[in-house]
Amino acid sequence: MPPFASPRVSGEGSIVQFDNVGLRYGTDREVLSDICFTLYPGSFYFLTGASGAGKTSLLRLLYLAQRPSRGVIRMFGTDLITEPRHRLPAFRRRIGVVFQDFRLVPHLSAFDNVALPLRVSGVPESEIRKPVADMLEWVGLDQRSEARPASLSGGEQQRVAIARAVIARPEVLVADEPTGNVDPELALKLLRLFEALNRLGTTVVVATHDLHLLRKVPESLIMRLDRGRLSDPTGALRYPPRPIERATEAVDV
Amino acid sequence: MIRRRNPGLLRQARLAGPMPWVIAIMIAITVMAAAAGLALSNLADNARAEIEGGLTVQIVEAAPAERDRQAEVALALLTNREEVAEARRVSDAELAALLEPWLGAQPVAEEDAIPIPAMIDVRLRGPATPRQLADLRTALAADAPAARIDAQAGWLTPVFDAIASLQWLAAGLVVLLAATSAAAVWLAARSALGTNRETIEIVHLLGGTDAQIARIFQRSVGIDAAVGGLAGLALGLAATVLLGRQFAQLGSGMVTGGGLGPSDWALLAAIPLGGVVLATLTARATVLSSLRRIL
Repeated sequence: MPPFASPRVSGEGSIVQFDNVGLRYGTDREVLSDICFTLYPGSFYFLTGASGAGKTSLLRLLYLAQRPSRGVIRMFGTDLITEPRHRLPAFRRRIGVVFQDFRLVPHLSAFDNVALPLRVSGVPESEIRKPVADMLEWVGLDQRSEARPASLSGGEQQRVAIARAVIARPEVLVADEPTGNVDPELALKLLRLFEALNRLGTTVVVATHDLHLLRKVPESLIMRLDRGRLSDPTGALRYPPRPIERATEAVDV
Repeated sequence: MIRRRNPGLLRQARLAGPMPWVIAIMIAITVMAAAAGLALSNLADNARAEIEGGLTVQIVEAAPAERDRQAEVALALLTNREEVAEARRVSDAELAALLEPWLGAQPVAEEDAIPIPAMIDVRLRGPATPRQLADLRTALAADAPAARIDAQAGWLTPVFDAIASLQWLAAGLVVLLAATSAAAVWLAARSALGTNRETIEIVHLLGGTDAQIARIFQRSVGIDAAVGGLAGLALGLAATVLLGRQFAQLGSGMVTGGGLGPSDWALLAAIPLGGVVLATLTARATVLSSLRRIL
């Protein structure tokens, strides 16, 4: 079912809800202000904005790297602001993250980096080998499974990071500038990987400042950050949502 | 099919370097301090058991005949008392031999010799109490007015006090060493945390729990502590055995009483185990406390 095909009660059935969220580091001014949006399962979102607009800060809130200074964040039907710290790992396991700088573990092979989320989740070793091998094959790295990150090219590291983010079939995939370090051809290939995952039901949020990328996924929805404030060019965040517009049109407005 | 081995989440978390050696030295010194404490304890216990029911009765009378008479009366009286297990007059020959190093050989003629009190060695059935001493003094006062009674334990009270002080010193040393070991592990764990901060953060963001991350460090510290502990135990035991042999060669009855028994050796062997537990708990507390500062 395509997102927003039928009217929804605000927030009902959502997978992520931000309500009046603000974030400041120390005593500095807020880097994010009055952020309100709702993400629905199985949708594909682009988060755009200039460098320094607050995209990475918003993503850090999304993948539970920190709590906001104010506001409410609900994910998977739970208020994560009041959720005790020791219960957050269980939520993090439901979120796949592709970090801007990949953040691969340098002493582990590509195979072991991809296997990391499964091992963290306590999956037995006997059940790890095949899915990891399949995933490496899916990203075209089956011949490089024993290579350490230092011996992989930027594009290969990027694909290992993506494979690690999706190996545990997360409900939400968050990617921070995932195509920032690769050539256009590989960027398109990676985007197709995200789309394939999205078709399997994962909610995808991709932060990018590359507007050309948005045109490649016409059914995607756009969130735009400008100096810490969120605008909604596709109307995806509003209630009731307006009919889906083509992402390209929305961005071109 | 090639069997893969889980490489561990944080390979670098191993606290390589000086850590096992520091623990080895700490454990060796702890073993020696504990051995000294146990030996002193055994020495004090043995000595106390040997003399706690012992009394010495001296007949301080210059006239030899009267001294002998009172000694015989006192011996007979003591032998018949219920609380006395054994009473024996120390022979003149034994007394002369005991005093010879200080007084030299005594002349054969008694009138030329320095008057030496007659002595009766008494062993009571239980520890000598002040009340028993008072009763015995009263009983001897009429027939052996020259009798002086002393509890043997009384003479050695200062020695026992000194031994007790040394025991406390050894116990304090063990506690200080345990605290120093914990501090060393704390520093090493913090250093390892700093080295692996990036990897820890990745594991944390992938859903790793504090307990999972702490376990990695615990295991690493535990292995270091076990290796260091065994080396330290071997060193400490070797030193203890060597010192024990040297003291045994002194041939002193008191020192021989300070030997270690099987339970003492078992306790010493358990020290590295305590070291491993202390090290892993310290590492766990350090890591958990650091992790709590991040979300």
